[in-house]
Amino acid sequence: MNFAFTDEQAMIAETAKAFFDENATSERTRAAMDNDGVDRALWHSFCQELGLAGIALPEAHGGSGLGLVEFAILAEAAGAQVAALPMLGSLAMTAHGLARGGSEAQKAVWLPKLASGEAIGATGLAAKVTASGDRLSGTVDFVAHGASADVFLIATDSAAWLVERGAAGLIVAACTTLDQTRPFARLTLIDTPAEPLGDAAAALRAAQEGGWICVAAEALGGAQATLDRTVGYAQERVQFGRQIGSFQAYKHRLADMMVEIEQARSAVYWAACAVDEGSDEAPIALHSAKSFAADTYFRCAGDMIQLHGGIGFTWEHDAHLFFKRAKAIQSMLGTSAWHRERIAQLIGLGDAA
Amino acid sequence: MKLGFSPEDEAFRAEAADWLNAQMHGEFSDLKGLTGLTAAAERRKEWELKLGEDRWSVIGWPSQWGGRDATLAQQVIFAEEYARAGAPGRIAHMGVELAGPTILTFGTEEQKQRFLPGIASGKVLWCQGYSEPNAGSDLANVRTKARLDAATDEWVVDGQKIWTSLAQICDWIFVVARSEEGSKGPKGLTFLLMPLDQPGITIRPIRQINGEAEFNETFFDGARTASGNLVSTPGNGWQVAMGLLAFERGVSTLGQQMNFRNELDAIIAAARENGSAQDPLIRQRIARAEIGLRLMRYGALRMLSHTDHARPDGAALTYKLQWASWRRSLGELAMDVLGQAGEVTDDEDYHFPMLPNLFLSARADTIYGGTNQIQRNIVAERALGLPREPRGSI
Ligand SMILES: Cc1cc2nc3c(=O)[nH]c(=O)nc-3n(C[C@H](O)[C@H](O)[C@H](O)COP(=O)(O)OP(=O)(O)OC[C@H]3O[C@@H](n4cnc5c(N)ncnc54)[C@H](O)[C@@H]3O)c2cc1C
Repeated sequence: MNFAFTDEQAMIAETAKAFFDENATSERTRAAMDNDGVDRALWHSFCQELGLAGIALPEAHGGSGLGLVEFAILAEAAGAQVAALPMLGSLAMTAHGLARGGSEAQKAVWLPKLASGEAIGATGLAAKVTASGDRLSGTVDFVAHGASADVFLIATDSAAWLVERGAAGLIVAACTTLDQTRPFARLTLIDTPAEPLGDAAAALRAAQEGGWICVAAEALGGAQATLDRTVGYAQERVQFGRQIGSFQAYKHRLADMMVEIEQARSAVYWAACAVDEGSDEAPIALHSAKSFAADTYFRCAGDMIQLHGGIGFTWEHDAHLFFKRAKAIQSMLGTSAWHRERIAQLIGLGDAA
Repeated sequence: MKLGFSPEDEAFRAEAADWLNAQMHGEFSDLKGLTGLTAAAERRKEWELKLGEDRWSVIGWPSQWGGRDATLAQQVIFAEEYARAGAPGRIAHMGVELAGPTILTFGTEEQKQRFLPGIASGKVLWCQGYSEPNAGSDLANVRTKARLDAATDEWVVDGQKIWTSLAQICDWIFVVARSEEGSKGPKGLTFLLMPLDQPGITIRPIRQINGEAEFNETFFDGARTASGNLVSTPGNGWQVAMGLLAFERGVSTLGQQMNFRNELDAIIAAARENGSAQDPLIRQRIARAEIGLRLMRYGALRMLSHTDHARPDGAALTYKLQWASWRRSLGELAMDVLGQAGEVTDDEDYHFPMLPNLFLSARADTIYGGTNQIQRNIVAERALGLPREPRGSI
């Protein structure tokens, strides 16, 4: 038992932080927001030069064979900059889902491409589709970075398929989305050819676990960034002849942010570790991490706006990028109340009235 | 990063659990599940002696001083098994967790030989004499005076301490007193170890909101202690006192958490029994409490796995606020689960059962050991580097 990063993990964290801090600048993120929400040049250098995209994918398919702890480290660093990258759709859900539930042929075709950034994947859960043979019809809503994807992992509660961009009868409609760094798309399928996954249940579980860890870790990185940036502002801005950070009400609010963030940090790495180690605690850890980190992020991002005053309400300031990402994380992949209800079941409270 | 325990650790767990269960189902079954610290004081003293005799009292200490040189993982395991077995809250905790580590860190060889065996064996119980009527959050404002009497080679102490927990059953007290006439604030303070059983010390229990009297007023009127019972040097008391506060964040927090586990389990059981477990709002609150408790465990494990003690990590600096606020809400949840049934007791002495007592006693958690407001100042100033609070001149 040792709940601290190994030297290797600490090195990955340092590398990732330096990479995103330097490259995922506000300017570049905003340029991507005006497009499809993907900074392709950044994604390319993350996958190719840094070579970390396949960190949790099997070595046989172009990955490094590490786990969700290492993946969370990357997502945390990317989240701290609200980087406009398909980390969630392409890696956390599609690639991880395929790695666990895809057929050998599917893995051989897609995993190297997803890890190298040559292809982008997107995942749509809770798809409202019906299958007839190897063809799907119906709709899939809220597919993150769907308009940028080359391949889709589409799943219902009991089945999962791969659908390629350009497949007959597939319409991908980009949505104007609150979080422009991760816009949604709506997929409409009309008798569209789809390849069933080898093990749908395993794929679904892996996609969910990967997705929860990814957004929870992004939330952690984002929340820490809102605190760090607000602390910086608190020391710089002067009112009433004092730094605003010398007012106790202001200090205490920042302290409260830190208390929440430290718990979110424990939650994220507990959950990632529990999944990697196959612990019995994994389900409760995942529900805790997703709900707690998302709520923490939202609260901190809201505080960031408040504690900046008027400047925090401007489009030009980055506060709203955090705020919108935080809101999107709270609602996606199960709301916080839904996750807590799962926990209520897991700890033996029986059914709700 | 690794959460699982090794097979050797699991073997240690089995050994610890076996011993604890044998005690709680045998000689000490009357203490099983006992909460608070005031009930059954004499039996609890016997329990401390038993822990000492079988070397389970201070397992993290060097074996030379009665410990087992236990690894971090083993200490975690013992704390967990201790609470799981329903073993009672430890009345020796201020010696084991505060006085002992302070002496180990700052004491002379002679002081170690003099005091550590008493703590490790459970024979000598310690209490903490910091707070005074005018020195609470502003601890550096202590006025109790200490002067060295050259004739007898003893320190002579005059003044008053307050809120001294368990002084009425303890043997020794560690005291922060002002030894330099006219000094102010953290300068000129001295850290002394003093025997309580002497004519110069009077202890008066103070009744608390839950009806119990765990804390006391402690009066010093020409109280004496040998000059060798000074820790560090005269005037360096503040540094010792602050060093000691860091020990409060030790492994014991895990044992404390297991007691919280027992409390939360009691709430869950009560909710199932009276049907409130079906109420969606109560379910959300219980789930939040469950999450908070788990995160406390992993926060503590992070804090204990962190090896750079010169620079405590974020988990350590925020831990007090985290657990104290959590437990206060737990008390409120307990009452909302129980409803009005929680507001009546069969006991004529205003002694409430576990859950209503939790509701009341938890109000102290956000006060002692640094109030929530003081903790927020500490986090803001020490962890976030914000400007310090201005001092007044009244
Ligand atoms: C159950 C219990 C057991 C205890 N056991 C012990 C013991 O064994 N030994 C011992 O030495 N002490 C003990 N204490 C004392 C405890 O440490 C003090 O009560 C605590 O430090 C607060 O001091 P105070 O009571 O003087 O309150 P004050 O310091 O007077 O505080 C009153 C209020 O003012 C607020 N306040 C004060 N300063 C500031 C500031 N700078 N900014 C914002 N708000 C501020 C506080 O947060 C609090 O809300 C115990 C207390 C309790 C309740």
